[in-house]
Amino acid sequence: MIDPHLHHVPRLGRHPGRFRLVGTPVIVVMLGSSLTALPFVAQSPVLPPFGLLLLLAWRLLRPELWRAWIGLPLGLFDDLMSGQPIGSAMFLWTITLIGVDAFEHRLVWRSYRQDWLIACLAIIFCLIGGWFFARVTGGGRIELLLVAPQMLWSMLLFPFIVRQCARIDRWRVMA
Amino acid sequence: MARPPSRRPGINRKAQYSLFASYVVAVVGAVAGLLLVVIAIFDPTGFAGLRTVTAEVTRPISVGLKNMVSGISSVDEVLAAYWRAGSQNVSLRRQVESDRNRIIEARAIAQENARLKRLLKLVDEDQSDLLTARLISSSSGSTRRFARLNAGRWQGVRPGMPVRAAEGLVGRIDSTTPNTSEVLLLTDTGNIVPVRRANDSVPAISTGGGDGSLEIRALSAGRNPFKPGDLLVTSGIGGIYQPNIPVAVVVRVQGEIAWGFPLANPSRIDAVVVERAFEEVVTRQDPAVTPAEETPSGNASAP
Repeated sequence: MIDPHLHHVPRLGRHPGRFRLVGTPVIVVMLGSSLTALPFVAQSPVLPPFGLLLLLAWRLLRPELWRAWIGLPLGLFDDLMSGQPIGSAMFLWTITLIGVDAFEHRLVWRSYRQDWLIACLAIIFCLIGGWFFARVTGGGRIELLLVAPQMLWSMLLFPFIVRQCARIDRWRVMA
Repeated sequence: MARPPSRRPGINRKAQYSLFASYVVAVVGAVAGLLLVVIAIFDPTGFAGLRTVTAEVTRPISVGLKNMVSGISSVDEVLAAYWRAGSQNVSLRRQVESDRNRIIEARAIAQENARLKRLLKLVDEDQSDLLTARLISSSSGSTRRFARLNAGRWQGVRPGMPVRAAEGLVGRIDSTTPNTSEVLLLTDTGNIVPVRRANDSVPAISTGGGDGSLEIRALSAGRNPFKPGDLLVTSGIGGIYQPNIPVAVVVRVQGEIAWGFPLANPSRIDAVVVERAFEEVVTRQDPAVTPAEETPSGNASAP
């Protein structure tokens, strides 16, 4: 009888498949973006941007995983799923990833708190950007205060999302 | 922890080029995304066709989940009903008593109305119903308020058609895919509906607040004529919505603006009715156009 915990330990000479290594993070982010398909009709922007949170979590957890252009296809998919104008997340996510690269380059110390700080700045940037794009593309007069609650609980939710990503990541790299 | 090793690839020329190329691709793509948004400023539904694939793929999932949760979505309402159940019961019973008389009066008026309409040979309102469908999901993460309807182009739904429930107006169709369509909800900040007060026809404009409320501005100059409790119905101006669809009830008056809440809460209602645009219904009397228009919509209409 093998200890169930040992199922996740890499065996000698075995490697996870390429699809699992490359595909898992992409699929996880896309699933996060797809949460808008849940069958409830919201009266205000209540759902945190799970696609963005997962993207940031993977990016900060595994800096070597993606280049900055990954924001384009994933952002496009997010635009298709959310009600935002198409191109909005494509632009914001890619700029965010380039920004994270630049920020990381300057940072001397790096720990969990700095990651959270980077994520908070990115969430604020993306939500305000999304608010602005929705406003200029026929959204009328939208108050900025409307996205404030969403912004707040997205930032508070980020540590939890990172934990879940780390858990998936452990499964991903172990054959 | 010190920072992770720099992403700078050292002296490897090939790796340097690859990193540089990735940034070039990212920046060019970001600019392309910005361009798409700029295009959307002038043509908001221009690239909505791209949504066809995702909308069609997620439709069965949303429908399946909707079937599962439609029973439990009103749990909070049931729980809230127990709060002060006794006094509520008494007041509701009184209300039923008084409403009964009004219903009888209203029936008489409806009969008289039908008779007068026959005399005037006006279009019957029943012709405007196109089909009944369900709202299956929504743009819950975005600042815009869209809901996805489980019926689309193949069922005869067209952009601009009004969507209503038994309780009142829900919104109008913004864009369609073969089997789904996006409904611009009444509470979206971009949705402007011409309304009037039900009892004395004071005209006003209702704009969504984005948070479930409606901002109502009277068209008349001078002081705000609205007071809490006023009922608003569509006025039929603009040619999209039928007149006299219930829209909202005013809850708060603040200077020139009155705040209202929609009578039909899209998160609670189960089925909605898609109607033909009001203008289309009125102009359908032309006998030359009627047979051609009737044939495609005749199959799909299942109110």
